[in-house]
Amino acid sequence: MRDVAVVAFAQSPSVRREQYRNEVEMLMPVVGEALQAAGMTMDDIGFTCSGSSDFLAGAPFSFVSALDAIGPWPPIQESHVEMDGAWALYEAWVRLQHGDIDAALVYGFGKSSVGPITELLALQLDPYVVGPLWPDSVSLAALQARLLLENGITETDMASVAVQSRRAAKGNPNAQLSGDFEVDALLAEPYFVAPLRKHDCPPVSDAAAAVVLAAGEKARQAARRPAWIAGIDHRIEAHSLGARDLAHSPSTVLAAEGAGAFDGPVEVAELHAPFSHQQLLLKEALRLDDAVDINPSGGALAANPVMAAGLVRIGEAAARVMDGGAQRVLAHATSGPCLQQNLVCVMEAR
Amino acid sequence: MTEVKTPEVATEDAAGQEPVTVIQTPISVEYRFTAGVASSKFLRNVAQGKLVGQRCPRCHKVYVPPRGSCPTCGVPTQEEVELSNRGTVTTFCVVNVPFSAHVIEMPYVAATILLDGADIGFQHLVQEIPAAEVRVGLRVEAVWKDPAEWGPTMESIKHFRPSGEPDAILPQAG
Repeated sequence: MRDVAVVAFAQSPSVRREQYRNEVEMLMPVVGEALQAAGMTMDDIGFTCSGSSDFLAGAPFSFVSALDAIGPWPPIQESHVEMDGAWALYEAWVRLQHGDIDAALVYGFGKSSVGPITELLALQLDPYVVGPLWPDSVSLAALQARLLLENGITETDMASVAVQSRRAAKGNPNAQLSGDFEVDALLAEPYFVAPLRKHDCPPVSDAAAAVVLAAGEKARQAARRPAWIAGIDHRIEAHSLGARDLAHSPSTVLAAEGAGAFDGPVEVAELHAPFSHQQLLLKEALRLDDAVDINPSGGALAANPVMAAGLVRIGEAAARVMDGGAQRVLAHATSGPCLQQNLVCVMEAR
Repeated sequence: MTEVKTPEVATEDAAGQEPVTVIQTPISVEYRFTAGVASSKFLRNVAQGKLVGQRCPRCHKVYVPPRGSCPTCGVPTQEEVELSNRGTVTTFCVVNVPFSAHVIEMPYVAATILLDGADIGFQHLVQEIPAAEVRVGLRVEAVWKDPAEWGPTMESIKHFRPSGEPDAILPQAG
């Protein structure tokens, strides 16, 4: 495998509603900042890959108009995934393995605020027998939470995840929800979709994120301390919710094995868990002990820009390596209902 | 050697019934559209009867309508440039097919018009001239609706019509 590293990361602050800026205007400064941090221009970039969803934007080919943000002239090599930007990063990593280019630009963007996001996510379900029932994303997550509560976790455990997330987010200027909260006070709140309370659910967020990947010498030139990708893998489970074991995440376990996550300890883990119980489930699947700093950014409970939140996890984890704070880190991204698809990326300093 | 049997897959309904070929799953989703900072400015100017583009700080091209970025340089555009009501037809087509949204008489001409001072054309209608006489290079001017009807929409301009100037000589494409 060719050595590829994250050498730059930028994101826009997650906000409840980007009222004035459209996707291109939101994305452009972020891409500019990431390229500048890497000391690159588009002339250095051999491949560009993005993650976004037309369903989210409510506009066909919204990813094509997003190219206005990067200036595809002369014409560039570009690809897009209708998935979180973390999967765009995976494609760019594969592309860099070909060996003929040395740097790639990856971005993900989404405005979750423009449509009815929890209902919109029902459109990713089986369109014949499940989708027409419009099961919203919170209700589906609540099915999973109920199962976990039956299996031993408690609502206190879940509230503790939210408290920890919001406390960590105090140090993250890009987070949306932060502050000091008490578990007991959160548990006194009414149920939203039982057994979930609002603090168990992610905020509605608008944001964009960009990452620059580079290989070998190019990476060493672009960053003082590149976050080398030691391993990256992703796995998907069955489409039918009824066919899955929602109390466990076998796809996360396999992706983690594929990424070499169990080959050694990690100091930091950025987990893409939009719901509190999912963080507990992922912690177990990834065999993270209490020594691991989980979601120092606050995670997806503090900011959840759909289509970018997974890429943000990779960027945040990579930033911990690049700033010298950690030696080996893990990032996780998810897609689909109830953690259907999971990506694990292990990065390290060398 | 173990014999591997391919499982049999049903190719027809055992009871000989008709296959299900249609199901109805109505979908309706409402979005709150964000025009964006640049498009909002442009549309507010249109509501004032003005066409205002933006110039790229790098390649100096003037875009109308502006989208806040130069699509070839990938940099933000901010400098505003008020453009003329006059322009040149750079290409056109004659539409003989009624589309439901249109309430215009057939045939009509949809054209790309390069406003004086702009570097990219935009689409609008060319009327007050027989369709057969419309040509590349034709000089046209905007016919605005009554000011009381102006709003943040391109429909504030009814159409373009010949300005009466001699045809422009356009640079060769490519």
